[in-house]
Amino acid sequence: MKSILRLKDVEVALGGKTILNIEELDVRSAEILTILGSTGSGKSTTLKLMAFLIKPKKGELFWQGKKVRFPVPLVVRRSISMTFQDPLPFEGTVFENVAYGLRIRGIKGKELRVKVEEALELFSISHLKNQSAKKVSGGEAQRVALARSLVFRPSLLLLDEPLASLDPITKEGMIPELHKVLKQLGITCVYVTHDQEEAFALADRIAVMEQGEIIQVGTKEDVFFKPSDVRVARFVGAENLIPAVILSNEEGLVTMKAQGKTLEAVAPFPQGTGVVACIRPEEITLKKDGAALDRVTARNQLPGIVLSLETLGPVIKVSLDCGFQIKALITRRSASDLNLKPGDAIFATFKATAVHVIPEVKGGTNG
Amino acid sequence: MILSLDPELMQVLLLSLEVSGLAICIAVVLGIPSGVFLGLRRFPGRNLLITLVNTGMGLPPVVVGLVVFLFLARSGPFGNLNLLYTPSAMIIAQIIIALPIVMGVTMAGIQNLDEKLRLQILALGASKLQYFWKLIEEGRLIVLSALAAGFGSIISEVGAVMMVGGNIKGQTRVLTTAIVLETRQGNYSLAIALGIILFLIALLLNLVFTFLQQRRSS
Repeated sequence: MKSILRLKDVEVALGGKTILNIEELDVRSAEILTILGSTGSGKSTTLKLMAFLIKPKKGELFWQGKKVRFPVPLVVRRSISMTFQDPLPFEGTVFENVAYGLRIRGIKGKELRVKVEEALELFSISHLKNQSAKKVSGGEAQRVALARSLVFRPSLLLLDEPLASLDPITKEGMIPELHKVLKQLGITCVYVTHDQEEAFALADRIAVMEQGEIIQVGTKEDVFFKPSDVRVARFVGAENLIPAVILSNEEGLVTMKAQGKTLEAVAPFPQGTGVVACIRPEEITLKKDGAALDRVTARNQLPGIVLSLETLGPVIKVSLDCGFQIKALITRRSASDLNLKPGDAIFATFKATAVHVIPEVKGGTNG
Repeated sequence: MILSLDPELMQVLLLSLEVSGLAICIAVVLGIPSGVFLGLRRFPGRNLLITLVNTGMGLPPVVVGLVVFLFLARSGPFGNLNLLYTPSAMIIAQIIIALPIVMGVTMAGIQNLDEKLRLQILALGASKLQYFWKLIEEGRLIVLSALAAGFGSIISEVGAVMMVGGNIKGQTRVLTTAIVLETRQGNYSLAIALGIILFLIALLLNLVFTFLQQRRSS
């Protein structure tokens, strides 16, 4: 797919200290690229750089294949639009807020009215158009901000945690809506968030950031299920990270030794490689009855002891000691069917394909 | 006397409004854009300029009057313009008094606007001029405060207009200089009437500014 914006070897410094260092990052036409990272990882700085609001200390940016020179021409800046976590309403009505980007582009009269009304309609805020933008609710204000950013159909839309300040219910409703609008309009979008669920729900591709660097870029399936290194794995919720050594590799099916226990997984690494076995807690099934294991097709079956149970809303996180500590996520119903309590003997089972193997040496990026 | 619209009193009142009104208009036109610029841009000598503006905000009007007097006096560099003891000289002096106040209040206000709001305006594609204009629009309260502070300082000022205007009856006599003169001459009733008018102007303007401010911020 065509790259519309490319960052190459860019470095951004603040007060003499490098806060961003990106070897390479492409934003592809019509995709939703999510930048996932914790607070202070450099996500917002990356977005400001993409909006040409800050100048890199080093490196090059390419807009639609052409090298970008600072100060960036207005016509290029106007192809890009950005929304922040705070909706930052302007003085005036919702209509006037949404109309701003069009007015400064010289659009007026009927054309302006039609475009603004279309944008209001897209975000279901037509009924608010005559209200003061500073007086609408948080969720509505964020819709106004999104409509204001989209009304002039930018080639690239940059969203900096636009839903972070909303309550969970409003947020949950807005994610699919935003996804629908972006896909319907075919707008290329870079979406910054620290929330992995949000990233997973919206993204075509995900870039994971830490300490100003991109540590993995790939499809969301790659990032979530095949993290390239332990940092990514930890960030995307693969809580079980077990150090192991590969004992054998038979046509891709590896057997590993982890603290005296044997694990099986699918991986390309040869015998003797030091690795980290990475298992998402939701991939683990618990069985109390050893006899029932015969009917289980999962290659990994580890006996263990329940250490603790933690209720997380609709699911329960069970900590187990299987020679090493692992965590499993099960439904409330499963927990009550199994009548689980700390100290119980249990079997943790998971498929060989559920184990993602990361070489012990820090991996590079892929995608 | 006030109610009978005494012609002499009316003339003094109108000249006051004319001189201070024109001075504040010019101070606003010059001071708001430069205040916005000073608040946003970093350039060599900026700190020195800010110090000058801050000093200017507290400058005694009588010193301004003295400087303008020296410039406009017959032997001064602009003596040939023959502006001394004319309303133009008074306007010049009042612009010099009001300008740093308008600039200083605007600068402080613009610096207080959320930095993200500023980025947001740029991120929607505003040109430099559109960006400056939008900031002034967003900071309407600041502009109002700058206007109120500037006008308040010059309508009530006496030292500078006295020095460069000369308090000439029918020509350069304004409310404040008239009050001084009438009090000295013992015409207390006229002095009080002029004082009441000056007070009412200040009250009326502040009522309007307060109304506009509260309407915006509520």
